[in-house]
Amino acid sequence: MTRKTLWLASLPAPVLIAMLLLFPGSPRLKANDQNSSANTEITIDNFSFGPQTVKVPAGATVTWINRDDIPHTVVSTEGVFKSKVQDTNEKFSYTFTKAGTYPYYCSVHPKMTGQVIVQ
Amino acid sequence: MPDKKQDLIDQKLQDLNNDGVDRRGFLKCMAWAGTGLVWTLSGGIPVSRAFAKTPHRSAGKGGDFSFVQISDSHIGFNKPANPDVTATLQTAINKINAMPHKPDFIIHTGDLSQLSKPSEFDTLDQVLKGASAKQTYFVPGEHDMLTDNGEQFLQRYGKGTKGSGWYSFDHKGVHFVGLVNVANLKGGGMGSLGHEQLEWLEDDVKGRSASTPIVLFAHIPLWTIYPEWGWGTDDSEQALSYVKRFGSVTVLNGHIHQIMQKIEGKVSFHTAMSTAFPQPAPGTAPSAGPMKVPADQLQRVLGITDVQYVVSGSSLAIVDSPLVNSGASSSANESGPTRS
Repeated sequence: MTRKTLWLASLPAPVLIAMLLLFPGSPRLKANDQNSSANTEITIDNFSFGPQTVKVPAGATVTWINRDDIPHTVVSTEGVFKSKVQDTNEKFSYTFTKAGTYPYYCSVHPKMTGQVIVQ
Repeated sequence: MPDKKQDLIDQKLQDLNNDGVDRRGFLKCMAWAGTGLVWTLSGGIPVSRAFAKTPHRSAGKGGDFSFVQISDSHIGFNKPANPDVTATLQTAINKINAMPHKPDFIIHTGDLSQLSKPSEFDTLDQVLKGASAKQTYFVPGEHDMLTDNGEQFLQRYGKGTKGSGWYSFDHKGVHFVGLVNVANLKGGGMGSLGHEQLEWLEDDVKGRSASTPIVLFAHIPLWTIYPEWGWGTDDSEQALSYVKRFGSVTVLNGHIHQIMQKIEGKVSFHTAMSTAFPQPAPGTAPSAGPMKVPADQLQRVLGITDVQYVVSGSSLAIVDSPLVNSGASSSANESGPTRS
């Protein structure tokens, strides 16, 4: 248990219930939140981005890792970000501060496409 | 011939499915690898001759000449599919130097380097210095455009070219056009020539006599081979329409690291083997990319292409040969796949 949850656990039950009701945004309640942590990874392999679509909260950092035996790039179709060429095991990261949908592709092999949805 | 190729492709697909071997694993059946087959068109009828019987041509006799196409040297690549691509390129150059007739020049259809690094281009230049043919014409592949949008490639190999590196030249009555279809690629698309280059091409061939043999060369195939893997050029139709009226058009490409050929009317399309590593046949692996083969088979799936022009002929003769012959005759290769 984290320190935070230990502290909460020591409170009397009614107070706990009140807190849970008052703070619906508490991380412990968001069962479907994929990435409340800062980092999301996308693996590049076999000429594809996996997962092809990721959803992250604003402020999250997405890191692409190239596990393919061929170099690739990560280029936003709207010109928002553009990686240098990534050889095998190299990484590229970008922090998404604004909400929106960010389609991207590999400029070397343009059939490879993906998108990052920032909520 | 197309049916046999399809049978071989189907067989490969089945083999791969049963083996569970992905493209980075071993391919045991080598039968589809390039063979030495000469096709010429005589009065519009294809005539094939065994490689060994190709007549010796003396340079400069009556305007006949030959040149060699090499492709996809990928200098700098060092993964299992071929840990020493410089050595296999050297083998290719040695093979060119050993040819009975000296080619007038070499055409490299792109992916000279793996990562567009200066050291990689330097190494390539060093190897090419040892070629008997002193002139090499280049077009870039996507691997040569990885840094600075191909600026470095242009500085080294693009003198006198336009835009992203396109150009044309005449040699003994044949008109050669180097096209660039690896610049400004759009997401979800394949190769692309772009409006400016197409306009230039239309103008370049305009007014030339229809009896002028035309050779177009570009990295990515100028016909659609397998769109799922990006093996095609989105706007090649328009380019080909500009040369439709000519009596002999030869299209030389690379990129796919295997031989594919098609004849459509007076246009002959040909893709060359790589001098670095092979790639899987369309649809026979999860994706394109380097394909590992047993070490003793590697030089059978890498190769060069000899192209001969005969003044009286109506088309250029294209002869592919692997770096090392399989030992079996070409008829044995065509009888079907064999398990080794």
